[in-house]
Amino acid sequence: MASPLLQVSVVAADREVWSGSANMVVAKTTEGEIGILPGHQPMLAILASGEVRVTLADGSKIVANAEGGFLSVEHNTVQVVASAAELVS
Amino acid sequence: MGSQLRVYRQKIRSAQTTKKITRAMELISASRIQKAQARVAASAPYSRAITRAVSAVATYSNIAHVLTTEPAKIERAAVVVFASDRGLAGAFSSNVLRESEQLAKLLREQGKEVVFFLVGRKANAFFAFRRQAAERVWAGGTDLPEFETAKQIGEAVLEVFLRDAKDGGVDEIHVVFNRFVNMVNQVPEVIRLLPLEVVEGVEAPGDAEIMPLYEFEPEAEAVLDALLPVYIESRIFNAMLQSAASEHASRQRAMKSASDNADTLIRDFTRLSNNARQSEITQQISEIVGGADALSSAK
Repeated sequence: MASPLLQVSVVAADREVWSGSANMVVAKTTEGEIGILPGHQPMLAILASGEVRVTLADGSKIVANAEGGFLSVEHNTVQVVASAAELVS
Repeated sequence: MGSQLRVYRQKIRSAQTTKKITRAMELISASRIQKAQARVAASAPYSRAITRAVSAVATYSNIAHVLTTEPAKIERAAVVVFASDRGLAGAFSSNVLRESEQLAKLLREQGKEVVFFLVGRKANAFFAFRRQAAERVWAGGTDLPEFETAKQIGEAVLEVFLRDAKDGGVDEIHVVFNRFVNMVNQVPEVIRLLPLEVVEGVEAPGDAEIMPLYEFEPEAEAVLDALLPVYIESRIFNAMLQSAASEHASRQRAMKSASDNADTLIRDFTRLSNNARQSEITQQISEIVGGADALSSAK
């Protein structure tokens, strides 16, 4: 059932910062860094402030700074939700 | 006679100046309303994600959390009122204030003490005039709310909620704000923010959609601990955005009808002044004719 790509959205309090499909998401939770690949089991994690790296299908990377939020994964949908978030590159 | 004409002209000029102001305010509100609505829409993904996450934790873990458990006895309740900073917005502020007065009355009848948290200068003025002290006031920027303010309000509200009732803490928190339904309709709404009722009162996920079994990192309690304050902030921020959009909509409507009224006034007074001018001319002519008659008959 695993579709080959993750649907990722990075959401801040006042807007959606970025959304699209990606191969991998790496984020820093309060427990440590975590990498998410397609087919990951549903998860809710609290994010430590730090960067979230999204690797796109073509290999290019998007880096966003997220502060004080959480990460949810389900059915290959990844949501990075933070009160303040911005794209770095 | 001439004095009458002068009075009318004065009134016309005054109505014209007023109209310029009201028209300008109408146009400003009309342009801001779009932006305010866009901000409400833009914050939707955030609140949807948080609501979903909170209900996921709540449904899959039987944790009794401070923020979700109903206290045995409610001694004091806090009411957060979202009004505007400036007037000239029709019934916008008075609607909310009336609603919060009623709520306060109801709470007092239930034997609860009421504490107010006010947002907007109008709310502050209203309660100060009635000599009801407010716990905290946030003024300025109601027409362009910032998340930072929502965060402050959320923290303040949580702080009094978590405080013991003996030390002046509250056991219940209500929010009163104008919900933006559409351009012509904004309804004052009362929501009980705390203790949370996560399961009801929030948009439930579709029936076909079953919440997956989540894995929590760290434990479910810690996740809930971190999520709930964020959830409250997002609810408050949403209330502020809705209130701002409503404020602009209601100001636009009020100013539109004020401009229309000024138009009617100008028209009426123009008629009256034309009348006065005409009768003045008529009188002058009859005076001249009368004078000429008198002269010719005197010969």
